[in-house]
Amino acid sequence: DLMTMVCHRPEGLDQLEAQTNFSKRELQVLYRGFKNECPSGVVNEDTFKQIYSQFFPHGDASTYAHYLFNAFDTGHTGSIKFEDFVTALSILLRGSVTEKLQWTFNLYDINRDGYINKEEMTDIVRAIYDMMGKYTYPVLKNDAPKQHVDAFFQKMDKNRDGVVTLDEFIFSCQEDENIMRSLQLFENVI
Amino acid sequence: MAAGVATWLPFARAAAVGWLPLAKKTMPKPPVDNSSRSDEILYLNVSGVRFQTWKNTLDRYPDTLLGSSEKEFFFNEDTEEYFFDRDHEMFRHILNFYRTGKLHYPRHECIQAFDEELAFYGIVPEIIGDCCMEEYRDRKKENQERLAEDTEANESMDAPLPPDSTPRERLWRAFENPHTSTMALVFYYVTGFFIAVSVIANVVETVPCRPPEGRIKDLPCGEKYQLAFFCMDTACVLIFTFEYLMRLFAAPSRCKFMRSVMSVIDVVAIMPYYIGLVMPENEDVSGAFVTLRVFRVFRIFKFSRHSQGLRILGYTLKSCASELGFLLFSLTMAIIIFATVMFYAEKGTKGSTFTSIPASFWYTIVTMTTLGYGDMVPNTIAGKIFGSICSLSGVLVIALPVPVIVSNFSRIYHQNQRADKRRAQQKVRLARIRMAKKGTTNAFLQYKEDRGRDSDSTALCVKNRSAFEHQHHHLLHCLEKTTNHEFTDEMTYSELCMTESVGFRTSRSTSLSSQQGAQNNPTGCCPRRARRRAAMRLANSTASVSRGSVQELDTLHIKTTSIPPQTRSSLNAQADNLKLNCGEQDFTAAIISIPTPPANTPDESLPPSPAPIPGILRNTRATAFTHETVKISSL
Repeated sequence: DLMTMVCHRPEGLDQLEAQTNFSKRELQVLYRGFKNECPSGVVNEDTFKQIYSQFFPHGDASTYAHYLFNAFDTGHTGSIKFEDFVTALSILLRGSVTEKLQWTFNLYDINRDGYINKEEMTDIVRAIYDMMGKYTYPVLKNDAPKQHVDAFFQKMDKNRDGVVTLDEFIFSCQEDENIMRSLQLFENVI
Repeated sequence: MAAGVATWLPFARAAAVGWLPLAKKTMPKPPVDNSSRSDEILYLNVSGVRFQTWKNTLDRYPDTLLGSSEKEFFFNEDTEEYFFDRDHEMFRHILNFYRTGKLHYPRHECIQAFDEELAFYGIVPEIIGDCCMEEYRDRKKENQERLAEDTEANESMDAPLPPDSTPRERLWRAFENPHTSTMALVFYYVTGFFIAVSVIANVVETVPCRPPEGRIKDLPCGEKYQLAFFCMDTACVLIFTFEYLMRLFAAPSRCKFMRSVMSVIDVVAIMPYYIGLVMPENEDVSGAFVTLRVFRVFRIFKFSRHSQGLRILGYTLKSCASELGFLLFSLTMAIIIFATVMFYAEKGTKGSTFTSIPASFWYTIVTMTTLGYGDMVPNTIAGKIFGSICSLSGVLVIALPVPVIVSNFSRIYHQNQRADKRRAQQKVRLARIRMAKKGTTNAFLQYKEDRGRDSDSTALCVKNRSAFEHQHHHLLHCLEKTTNHEFTDEMTYSELCMTESVGFRTSRSTSLSSQQGAQNNPTGCCPRRARRRAAMRLANSTASVSRGSVQELDTLHIKTTSIPPQTRSSLNAQADNLKLNCGEQDFTAAIISIPTPPANTPDESLPPSPAPIPGILRNTRATAFTHETVKISSL
């Protein structure tokens, strides 16, 4: 029990400002919120799942939250510290297109082997569909995730070898205007 | 939403970038957040005491007064602070709730004052932390009970009758609450008096009086003054009958009244008299008649209307029935065992009074209850030994359940009182929690509906919604676009399931007119079904249009025929979502031009009932088309 009271303090404000694309003010706001919710300075997976599930009361967000957690926890320590949090946010909100796509690729590549295969993608897509819950229009069919994945691979897998590499992914996304446009959508979140 | 969620919303929204490569449709535009992004310190003046806090702290709970724009009503421009004319000591606790996420109940405060403060600041008492919740609940229950007793007492006593009550209602009320009118009180006491008289007469008529001349044996007074007693009995029975009939007439529900315990007692009290009247003076039946007169003693139970204590005793006996039953059962077991033993122990003795086992029952009971009449006494040594064991165990068997029953009395009595109240509170609590949860899930659906209704304005501020809600709904909207499915509620979902199982039956009539006709059906789910029919027709046309979902075309069509759209479809009609490269006029053009080909084709090309639902399959059937079409990206 005593061990869980270990408090983690982030590196200095200046260092974080240099490492991320946020201003000091923004980092202050972010940290105040973070510290208030997690006085110990770290978020473990259960808390993360709880937090994320609150935004999707219709369905079950825990599977997707698990993948998201792994994407945030770049050091594979089992907990997200403030630096991880802020680094990921910096990429997602203020990063370049390539960085964002790379982060997304990392999210999809569950086993971190550099390739996205159909199983990984199916897991991710199924997790996303789980978040929708039961009551949807039109009614969710069981093969909806599979079809979605097939369409995805149709688009992304250029050399038809059954896996999507980072380059194929970035290339295909850059081809698609809509994806490019929507990547700008979340700039003003903070 | 729950505590602190507003803090995490930006991160959840940022994480939505992960959906973008997967999205089947384009993402909706995010809400414009005009509020200044930098955090500022707010000044809160509560009755002169100044508090300061970050704006973000208050924004954590957007559904409270301080977290929403409601606080702007309290903003004082001259002093540039929010002024609240409330108790500053209580405010301390409320502000701490925002800071720490836990609401504590100060023990020294009055529960009602605290509740009022919570109500003012829009905070639900359910979120009081576990540390203080029990204390809060106990105090609240105590308070409520006291208030309930007071109001009940007031009501039952002095509540004036509504002026337009019928004489029947007035009569019933007079019977139930004798304190309300003088007449009722007089009647109440008169009946009480006559009950007493009747009971005393029953008792006295068996006392032996001095015999009249010419007889030696003492006569019971009942036979000596037969006429007098008969007259008194008649008078009492007449009064009781009159009272019963009056009550029966006045009762709001006669069946219920007749089944109630008190009315049964009334009937039992007066029936023997009438039966005795109609019975002939026959020697054979008079034995039964005498038995009936025993029932007259039940008149004493009529006193329970006059005594609250009797009623409570009756109720608690009823609720202790199981304990009493257990006592009886264990006694019976012991009696049987000991009676058997005593019988076989005394069997051989000459002149033994233990003639049979049932005869020994009497001995066992008398011994176990330590009465010891002495009419049956064991003579053998074995009998004496077992007899003494019997009397010792009797003390135990009887003495043990009695305290249990007594404590059960008080426990059950108090428990019943508390249990009822707790049940009522629990129901309210559950209902509130359910409502809060539904409120969250329904908020998004409500938001979509509102957007749909307001289809001509591109500005999406239909209602006064917080930035948090906007952003959250945008996030859910993105998820919808990613998966190309929409959130609905339970009712429409079950409707959909029913429709699908029935299958699509499309009409064979020509397009436009039938579509019009179908559109004109405004009620219930029929418009949806009709639209789907229309959609199917259009989808099956060979000159098909490339569109993300036929629903859009439906709604565009609907737009021109100006029928109030249903939520789902109308959402797709939002101009800002679809990357349309044509104006309003082209829509109409596109719509009018398209149906004409299907006018010829559907009759041949329509399959009897295409089972798969519109949606994904339609996408695959779509063929490329010209510039007129709505271009939606789909994977």
